[in-house]
Amino acid sequence: MAQTEAPKYFDLIKNGIFKENTIFRLALSLCPSIAVTNNLRNGVLMGTAVLFVQVMVNITISLMRDFIHPRIRLPIFMLVISGWVTVTDMTMAAFAPEAYKQMGLYIQLIVAFASILARAEMFASKNTFVPSMFDGIGMGLGFLFALTIISFFRELLGKGSLWGLQIIDAKPLLIMILPAGGFFAVGILMGFFNWLSVKYEKKGL
Amino acid sequence: MEITKRPLIVSVSPHIKSEETTSRIMWSVSASLLPAMVMSAYFFGPRALFTVGLCIAASVLSEYLFQTALKKKITVNDGSAFLTGLLLGMNLPPSVPFYIPVIGSFVAVIITKQIFGGLGFNIFNPALIGRAFLLISFPRLMTIWTEPSAAFIALDARTTATPLGILKEEGQARLIELFGDKLHLYAQLLIGHRAGSLGETSAIALLIGAAFLLYRGYITWHIPLSFLGTSALIAWVFGAQGALFAGDPVLHLLSGGMILGAFFMATDYVTSPSVKNGQIIFGIGCGFLTMLIRLKGGFPEGVMFAILIMNCFAPLIDRGFKSKIFGLKKK
Repeated sequence: MAQTEAPKYFDLIKNGIFKENTIFRLALSLCPSIAVTNNLRNGVLMGTAVLFVQVMVNITISLMRDFIHPRIRLPIFMLVISGWVTVTDMTMAAFAPEAYKQMGLYIQLIVAFASILARAEMFASKNTFVPSMFDGIGMGLGFLFALTIISFFRELLGKGSLWGLQIIDAKPLLIMILPAGGFFAVGILMGFFNWLSVKYEKKGL
Repeated sequence: MEITKRPLIVSVSPHIKSEETTSRIMWSVSASLLPAMVMSAYFFGPRALFTVGLCIAASVLSEYLFQTALKKKITVNDGSAFLTGLLLGMNLPPSVPFYIPVIGSFVAVIITKQIFGGLGFNIFNPALIGRAFLLISFPRLMTIWTEPSAAFIALDARTTATPLGILKEEGQARLIELFGDKLHLYAQLLIGHRAGSLGETSAIALLIGAAFLLYRGYITWHIPLSFLGTSALIAWVFGAQGALFAGDPVLHLLSGGMILGAFFMATDYVTSPSVKNGQIIFGIGCGFLTMLIRLKGGFPEGVMFAILIMNCFAPLIDRGFKSKIFGLKKK
């Protein structure tokens, strides 16, 4: 049974990263994708925080789903999400105070991410523990992947550096680290991934 | 039997087609910018021609490569990419390094125009977005203004401030002092003997081009007149510090990119309203925003941002002033 199930889990992860990528395909959670991605480190940290919250929320909801009355499910989901966000928030404040200073607000804003509530409602509340966990990993990785790519280009083009290390000795396009550049980066990458998906769907992949 | 012998050709309207085509208008507008280009080359030297040429080449090449890569119909010949490049080049300072026109043209043609679906689908004026992108990306390089010199080849160009820059930093009295007297200042602004972007300095050359466009009916008076009129009114009322109704409207109209913007940029068919009443609103909005930025904002010049902001409203204005459908009763 484990062997036949394995590819399904892989599909769940792939689904989260490519087919239903939160930012590039669903266009959800765009606020942090522009606000915190002006350098690579913040982008990766934010992505990791979301990955953690998404996985933990999915696991918790899938374990609790039999005890939640359908009428009050949304408040319960919100409570679970805010609980895990608080955990992340405090952990980050304790272990990465520098980064937390820059993006603390956005970590707390994870509570309001549509994608996390949507996965809790659409997937975790209807599936068992293991698929929910893989779905959470997939969606979280997709978000991490998107933020990493966006912040990679923005930091490289805007500051000429990566992860704080100077790579090019110039600031090629200052606009890229400004908010306007964030919209440019997200828009162009979204277009690129749409183009990719159209191309691969034609081939039947 | 009669019918088969002499078949009637039934076609949908329009039955009489105008001679005008998109490409003809684009090339005419480009030609109307020729006097300004000549003055620009006279004041800023051959480098001005080279910068503008580079913009044009990069724009046309961007359009060609993008359409080839996406296997679309190649529309380089319609002249719109040429005009975009020309306008972008005329909006650049004289001393920019040569990679700047290339980046600007790329942003103008591909990101502003082609990604949205090509000519006719762009929300914003491509040349102005190209310039805004450059101004924000290279704030220092894009604000180095060279002093114009009538000597065709000036070896060491001196940098200076634009009239609007002086007006903002040091006040009107200083500006008049620099140019001699007030009349001399107006004359120099009219001819174009002042620092500024390549194509914007010579008001008289631009007005010749604009007169040609108005004569041929390619642009109407609605946008330029309401744009300039609003600007002049605001400059007159609020232009001077401390006192109302003491500003200098002529100075504001002749300096900066006001003439170039009002006649050649704001009147772009694609990004301005197509209804006449709406065009007047559009012009008033442009004038108001320009003067707001010039008098109260952080930048000395506001024509570019004003036109871009009003571009956003163009579809809305068009909806608000929709012409009455023939045969329908007003409610």
